[in-house]
Amino acid sequence: MILLNCPNCGPRNVQEFRFGGEHNPRPAAPLAVDNAEWTDYLFLKANKLGVQKEWWYHRAGCRLWFLAERHTQSNQVLKTYCWTARPNREGETCVE
Amino acid sequence: MSFKLIKQAFSSGQPPPMWKPQPLKDRYDVVIIGGGGHGLATAYYLAREHGITDVAVLEKRYIGSGGSGRNTAIVRSNYLTPEGVRFYDESVKLYGQMSEEFDFNVMFSRRGHLTLAHTDGAVRTMRRRAEVNRLQGVDSRLIWPDELARLCPPLDLSDHPRYPVQAALYHPPGGIIRHDAVVWGYARHAVRRGVHLHQLTEVTGITVEKGKVTGVNTRRGRIKAGTVLNVTAGWAGVIADMAGVKLPIATSPLQACVTEPLKPFLDVIIVSGSLHVYISQSDRGELVMGAAVDPFASYSMRGSFSFIEGLAGHMLELFPSLRHVRLMRQWAGLCDMTPDYSPIMGHTSVDGFLVDVGWGTYGFKAIPVSGKMMAQLIATGQTPDLIRPFRLSRFEEHNLVGEKGAASVGH
Repeated sequence: MILLNCPNCGPRNVQEFRFGGEHNPRPAAPLAVDNAEWTDYLFLKANKLGVQKEWWYHRAGCRLWFLAERHTQSNQVLKTYCWTARPNREGETCVE
Repeated sequence: MSFKLIKQAFSSGQPPPMWKPQPLKDRYDVVIIGGGGHGLATAYYLAREHGITDVAVLEKRYIGSGGSGRNTAIVRSNYLTPEGVRFYDESVKLYGQMSEEFDFNVMFSRRGHLTLAHTDGAVRTMRRRAEVNRLQGVDSRLIWPDELARLCPPLDLSDHPRYPVQAALYHPPGGIIRHDAVVWGYARHAVRRGVHLHQLTEVTGITVEKGKVTGVNTRRGRIKAGTVLNVTAGWAGVIADMAGVKLPIATSPLQACVTEPLKPFLDVIIVSGSLHVYISQSDRGELVMGAAVDPFASYSMRGSFSFIEGLAGHMLELFPSLRHVRLMRQWAGLCDMTPDYSPIMGHTSVDGFLVDVGWGTYGFKAIPVSGKMMAQLIATGQTPDLIRPFRLSRFEEHNLVGEKGAASVGH
């Protein structure tokens, strides 16, 4: 992978970005989770061989945290988009 | 041995195979998934120490084709946590006996391992590591540029580099070893004791009934098993997922490269935690160099130009005299990184399904001790004290082993 498409800035050299790990939503009610759920959230990973939804940060650019869907073997990026708190009509997508 | 070598020189044709192919049975007491150093060592110690020989080692490609043949072959025990130091020191001792044990030269070269410190903070970390090491009886000490200049004359110790060298952690027992020979030695002696070795046998599924593992599915058919051990690197999560076990692992590639062969000029291993590079000269004269894991998790084993650019820049800061040396090749291996830079060894929530995974950037150093301990665990059902800190349940107990002495960890 050489280029990554920032939803804000367009295609940029991947070295401008920092990888933020796989998408792992925080438990909806953090105070109500038991130890097993908390361990799962903190440490356990799907570590998917295939298309993975993941975080990226445009560190040397607009400093936007955004989501990408990338195949972890070929490193092909299928799409990148902004995160939104409320799901809109296209799921979590606001910009593609 | 030498007479055999002479005889071989005058004969035509291939040398005799080191082991013969065996038939794939439909049941084994122990099935080991992964024919790398760890898997083969476990099979060897199961047969040698515990008399368990109904063992199959299943390998997707050929033995040693994963991390065991892709690492930079460095062996050392100067880690940061007492748990880590004790564990890796046992491994270095077992490596020391290996050539004699196997009657096979694994070319262990105990040449001394130097970890450079470029900042005040790094000097403090090195001092702490030296003290932890010495408390565990490991030869390790902090040295200053005058001694460093005697040990490694080509190193640039002036104040010209961007990060001048201030001190180093010196670990005389550290060395390099021929990694393929280690794999072949274990394979040969495991097979001699009755272990079955099946290459080109990819595992496609694991059957679990009522919380207990009953067998594995492979591309060559189903195999029943009493115990299944996952000893894969890179695919640890994929295999564990077949048994319904989720691991705290993210897989990242780590790249390394070698230069054209040079006359011998570097007889120590040089590591810089701050610059994320390490270098040693092989017996053939090639400089073997590596860096930190790639900046994002991936199962891809392709090399990148940014790795070469970064590595060469840092290497020239340490050794300006290498500026005309050409690179011959580069490659990547997969590293299963855990949150605390320590491996995961032992039982899982599925009865009979064990793991020896999460070996990140430190798996090769641990092959003998890991094999010995996993064999003991399988044979007795009891977790040996040496590997109890590395159990999978440490994550739900929130009792991690933060091993910041691992390679690719900055200071």
